[in-house]
Amino acid sequence: MYAQMVKTDGKGIKPREEMTPEEQRFQDRIDAGEKIEPKEWMPEAYRQNLIRQIGQHAHSEIVGQLPEGNWITRAPTLERKAILLAKVQDEAGHGLYLYCAAETLGVSRDELTEALLSGKMKYSSIFNYPTLNWADIGAVGWLVDGAAIMNQVPLQRTSFGPYSRAMIRICKEESFHQRQGYDIMMKMARGTPEQREMAQDALDRYWYPSLMMFGPSDKDSVHSAQSMAWKIKINTNDELRQKFVDQTVPQAKYLGLTIPDPELKWNEEKGGHDFSEPDWSEFYAVLKGNGPCNRDRLEARQNAWEDGRWFRDGLVAHAKKADARRAAARVAAE
Amino acid sequence: MSSEWPLWEVFIRGQHGLNHRHVGSLHAPDAEMAIRHARDVYTRRNEGVSIWAVKSEDIAASSPSEKGPLFDPANDKVYRHPTFYDIPDEVGHM
Repeated sequence: MYAQMVKTDGKGIKPREEMTPEEQRFQDRIDAGEKIEPKEWMPEAYRQNLIRQIGQHAHSEIVGQLPEGNWITRAPTLERKAILLAKVQDEAGHGLYLYCAAETLGVSRDELTEALLSGKMKYSSIFNYPTLNWADIGAVGWLVDGAAIMNQVPLQRTSFGPYSRAMIRICKEESFHQRQGYDIMMKMARGTPEQREMAQDALDRYWYPSLMMFGPSDKDSVHSAQSMAWKIKINTNDELRQKFVDQTVPQAKYLGLTIPDPELKWNEEKGGHDFSEPDWSEFYAVLKGNGPCNRDRLEARQNAWEDGRWFRDGLVAHAKKADARRAAARVAAE
Repeated sequence: MSSEWPLWEVFIRGQHGLNHRHVGSLHAPDAEMAIRHARDVYTRRNEGVSIWAVKSEDIAASSPSEKGPLFDPANDKVYRHPTFYDIPDEVGHM
């Protein structure tokens, strides 16, 4: 869901009898739980699909720094500021782990960056919503990182080795993110009436966009079926969304906050909550570029890339000169 | 002139006495920056006491298609394992 709406090239799962012997061997290895490593043979569609999925995931980590970075200079205490700074730095790190995993599939870092900046590749819709006040930083950690963890934990078992290893590192670091968010929410929810109101308002605004993070229902999607056969998707979007709701309801209750869904209720029969679907037309509008912050987010990344060019180039020039100096010194010493 | 920074593979020694272990890769213009970036990207939580960075292009790797010729010969040398030999109980631990 940090990678939403990634479609496979194929038209659903290829029946075994239509597979080439190579494809059959490949599928057998995946079914046996073996990891696929970069230099090994893989179907072209598996490679292309993973590049899109991991790339989109990486872009989400990078763009995800922006809504939170917005509050670093205005965090209420020095401790909160240090924590938020560490969290945003982690997001950068997560983006880098994932870019490196994607690069093992034969795409370059610059190609990925340019695809983000041109709008050719997407990032998660959630980061096109604004962080209007400090309570939003709590809600982002609690809900957005909570939803991210829900998706990332099963992906540790994904079939592509470098992706799986990146996910394992990320999951180790991610639980701090959610807990610091919940910690902010606890403080706000038990604070003054105004702070409580801010916490409720943040939950009201972030609830449905968080549910959208899992993407629309894909239980009938042929694309998802292929991704699941390849183990680059482990659960359906609906399964993960249900788990997220069931996990979050008691957490909201503990805070004394109300989830903004009058239809939300426990369903004994299915052993989970019934809840309202988010407004999917809003989701598609945000994906298309018409969310509250799409233009800002992309502009911020474009400016960072352009404004940093002289610096990247300067370091390359310095490295080349230093190499030349070392070579000259070697020659002189001989 | 824009050119992409070269790729480096990063190895971290987690604790004194352990091997350096591959943890991932990163882009950096030179060796010094590779170490600095590795510090920021891979040791934010005290994961290491020492870092190696090696240019990815300088690493020689075996290819998956060589798996058979490289590793199969070890399969039929069961006598390399201690359990291959029956030692009578009376002899005691060996």
